[in-house]
Amino acid sequence: MSTTSTRPVVKPPAPSTNPAARFGWPLGFLALGVLVFVFNQWILPETNSDFQTGFGEWLPMTAVNEAVIWAVFALGLNIVVGYSGLLDLGYVAFWGIGGYVAGWLMAPFANQVNPAWANLKINILGHPLPGQERGIHVNFWLVLIIAALVCALAGVIIGAPTLRLKSDYLALVTLGFGEILPEVFRNGERVGPNGTWNITNGTKGITGIDQIPTGPFQLIPGVPATIGTFDLNLKFIVFALMLALAMFVSLRIREGRLGRAWLAIREDELAASMMGVPLMRIKLSAYAVGAAFGGIGGVLYATHIGGVLADRFNFSVSIILLAMVVLGGMGNVWGVTVGALLLAWINSTGLGQLGNVWNDVTGAQVNFASHNFLVFGAILVLFMLFRREGLIPEARTRQVLQEPERGEIESLGAEMEGTAEDTAAEGGDKK
Amino acid sequence: MTTPAIAASEVKPRRRPQEVAANSLGLLLLAAVGIWLVYELVAHPQQFASLLVAGVGNGALYALIALGYTMVYGIIELINFSHGDLFMLATVLSGIVAASWFSADSFTIGAVGAVALALLIAIVVAATVNVAAERVAYRRLRRAPKLAPLITAVGLSFMYQWVGQRNFMTGSAPKQWSTMFGNDSFSIGSVRVPYTTVVVLAVTVPLLLIMVYLVQRTRAGKAMRAVAQDQDAARLMGIDVDRTIAFVFALGGGLAGAAGLLYLQSVGTTNYNLGFRLGLIAFTAAVLGGIGNLQGAVLGGFLIGILQSLNDGFLLGQQWSMTVVFTVLILLMVFKPEGILGTATTEKV
Repeated sequence: MSTTSTRPVVKPPAPSTNPAARFGWPLGFLALGVLVFVFNQWILPETNSDFQTGFGEWLPMTAVNEAVIWAVFALGLNIVVGYSGLLDLGYVAFWGIGGYVAGWLMAPFANQVNPAWANLKINILGHPLPGQERGIHVNFWLVLIIAALVCALAGVIIGAPTLRLKSDYLALVTLGFGEILPEVFRNGERVGPNGTWNITNGTKGITGIDQIPTGPFQLIPGVPATIGTFDLNLKFIVFALMLALAMFVSLRIREGRLGRAWLAIREDELAASMMGVPLMRIKLSAYAVGAAFGGIGGVLYATHIGGVLADRFNFSVSIILLAMVVLGGMGNVWGVTVGALLLAWINSTGLGQLGNVWNDVTGAQVNFASHNFLVFGAILVLFMLFRREGLIPEARTRQVLQEPERGEIESLGAEMEGTAEDTAAEGGDKK
Repeated sequence: MTTPAIAASEVKPRRRPQEVAANSLGLLLLAAVGIWLVYELVAHPQQFASLLVAGVGNGALYALIALGYTMVYGIIELINFSHGDLFMLATVLSGIVAASWFSADSFTIGAVGAVALALLIAIVVAATVNVAAERVAYRRLRRAPKLAPLITAVGLSFMYQWVGQRNFMTGSAPKQWSTMFGNDSFSIGSVRVPYTTVVVLAVTVPLLLIMVYLVQRTRAGKAMRAVAQDQDAARLMGIDVDRTIAFVFALGGGLAGAAGLLYLQSVGTTNYNLGFRLGLIAFTAAVLGGIGNLQGAVLGGFLIGILQSLNDGFLLGQQWSMTVVFTVLILLMVFKPEGILGTATTEKV
């Protein structure tokens, strides 16, 4: 009976062979990155001081860098939530693990872990800050890889016992992990036998994270051997590079076998398993890949603020990341990136600046930064009510959201498509 | 159907070795907890008893909040993340009524009246807010994918926190309120029992009984159960689904309001982000008992409360309390996802 229906069959888009489509986004991203860098490095210092302070208030380089890091996290969460449809409310755990891997391997902290280690001095191509040569110092680029691997492992460990649970329960378990790990970070000052081990330095956190070495690029005149704490423009290059990597991996992996399996289990787990998708392995790999992004982002964030602080890792971070993914357009790499950059900016400087403009124009005395909860909550609620698919929706998500729900059709026993559409329309009108 | 097919369908599936291993591991863990409890009971009976009293007091509060969670989840399968923040609003509101308007700080008839008034106001306001939230935000999303109402709930939770952050509420810092009993207590034997624990139990237990009666014996309760079972079928049977769901939200909000006042009377401090933590604990309690199951939520609330206070006294100390609660949650999820009193559901294809 479905053969007579006139409903269009949803076909997956054929891979594009057009060079503009294939090379368009790397070139566009590169151009944007270069533009931001060139503007901040050379053009901004030449402008008059009014413009400089104004620009510094609206779009300071620290906020830009931070937003880029948030985008890396959001892309990682997008793989878990957007691609595979596994709701993860504890993503902040991977951020924390990545950060603490950096704290251990890139700071003088390691010699405080155990009293007997006081003279520990290991240096593997590391670039410690001057005067802080003790502890473990591993090269930044190696730490990125190590953190990605450690987080992927952590993702598998968290996922293995829990991934057979269904949506809400899975969300809850991940939330549990996302709450336990920050508590471990906060209280990790006295653990082990007789409380002699100090693995996280408690709420004081770990500071003195190493610098980023530039490697062969230091041969270029003007590029230092290591990127210092306040070298924000050069740091931007590193962070933008990692964002480009995250986007590239997200886009490419999606076209392959693994990515299609993720989309399949997102759409219908049961059908996917019937078609021979190994559910556990595919879900675990989604967790592992998403977590690896989190680890990379954690290391980046540790180098961005020059330390790891336990108080940063709380539940609201997971929620903000989820909001970035959902508001940007779940499953769509561009949407998620734009959503992450936008929300991160609003969270850091945007809201206060927009509020200042509003106050200047209307003469009001509203402290907008203190209303960020309202703004954030209202954005979430309004988006869910009126634009559920996000800013830049994925084509597939839009189709799913506009179709009537499957269970509804079945519950009415309507196998003829016409009937199903009528009931769905009726349900939609009734709200 | 042919005879072999029937016979094949009646063969009980063999228990796989992993399942057996998981079950025995779960029982082993349970036994270890039991032995630990007995050991502590024998070694420090007096401390054990006083921790138990504190735990029961907290557990009653958790049970009240958990009931609201579990009722909403039971009927529309929504994890209502804003529930904890609604509880926070009720806490602050009852503090404003009881402590600021009437300055109830001692056990007099006037103070009891003020607290009773605050209880009433908190219940009514919280129920109204919850129903309004359902009407404005959740009703439109009833047919949407599950993530949408969840995120809406998170957004509402942020908005409630914003209200709590205003200066006329708590402001950004924790705020201390005067309470009816303060730290007064009486003793049974050598075990100290705070008066507030008695008050909490005196309000909670009747409320819980009323809820159970409402759901299991009345017409409205029947409608609720029908809607929870299948909304479309309930509609065909002439049940007003929208009104029933709104009623459930009102009940849940009212319970959160009552819990808010009791929390204020027993703890005395409020903070704008208090609801998040307590909401999570209460939700864990609801899951522990089997989500969607009223008695389960009560049982889970008391269990979590007692476990937490025993942990504070004997095990790891207060700074690890969330870890203990969530470890219980995760272990439960791994070994018995349907909760203690819940029934396992199989997926319909």
